[in-house]
Amino acid sequence: MFETDKKLLNDFQRDFPLVPRPFAEIGRSLGISEGEVLEDFTRHIENKTISRIGAVVRPGTVGVSTLAAMKVPQEKLIEIAKIVSSFDEVNHNYEREHSFNLWFVITAPNESRLQEVLAEIENKTGITPMNLPMEHDYHLDLGFKLKW
Amino acid sequence: MKADVSKIDATTRAIIAATQGGLPLTAQPYDAVGDVVGLSGAEVQARMQAMLAGGVIRRIGAVPNHYKLGFNANGMTVWDISDEHISELGQKVGALEFVSHCYHRPRHLPHWPYNMFAMVHGKTREEVKSHAKEITAILGNSVNASDIIYSKRILKKTGLRISS
Repeated sequence: MFETDKKLLNDFQRDFPLVPRPFAEIGRSLGISEGEVLEDFTRHIENKTISRIGAVVRPGTVGVSTLAAMKVPQEKLIEIAKIVSSFDEVNHNYEREHSFNLWFVITAPNESRLQEVLAEIENKTGITPMNLPMEHDYHLDLGFKLKW
Repeated sequence: MKADVSKIDATTRAIIAATQGGLPLTAQPYDAVGDVVGLSGAEVQARMQAMLAGGVIRRIGAVPNHYKLGFNANGMTVWDISDEHISELGQKVGALEFVSHCYHRPRHLPHWPYNMFAMVHGKTREEVKSHAKEITAILGNSVNASDIIYSKRILKKTGLRISS
């Protein structure tokens, strides 16, 4: 990966310029044109090395969320994962290597809907999700330092 | 720290909804957002600046995809830390550069003794294990038990989605 490319990925995870032409400003700091910056970012988004350029919103700002985990018999994993993923409120669903093998994040507009989704998942799967809401956040999220 | 949707005003919510999938990749992205939410580009910039200052937005920038960049061995490390030290130690662990999330969550005894989660990114499991050792060193005698839980498959992943 070229140096400029690394800088685009690493140095602009925060402090993306809040100016009328932010890509031109980034280009100025890297010695390339506005068009080249836009092209490079577009390519990174197309090949999914970056998921987006945008705002990272503080958890809990636009709703409530929780992490939940279930112990699912291996032979039922796909079937149960499908039920869990079918809820619009579930935005992450991972299979993990542990006796708690299905981990998912539920985000809802309010606490009562969140509890409702947990209860519906329990009803439809017969497995009680372990509810692990965030009590404190210890990470400031200044971006992730990439090393090559 | 639970906030209800009603605590942010309609304009803030509209800007979050209009930018949650990413800023448009055009020369003047704030103008484009302004067209969607009914503000000028300058007003969108000022609003986003205020959201940053108020903590509604943590940062604005490129959101890298760890997996596509070769960080394939991401491990969710979980820790049972004495309650009186978790706040101080959580902040230390959350500040480590290989940690992308660090949360205090409730224990569920007897099945789940862990009260701190730290997401550790590495290119190999060896790298994740060595990062976990660094965390163990920081925690010292305050840690009773720990585990590293690796992801096997991503079954669903979508960003934050709110309707405008």
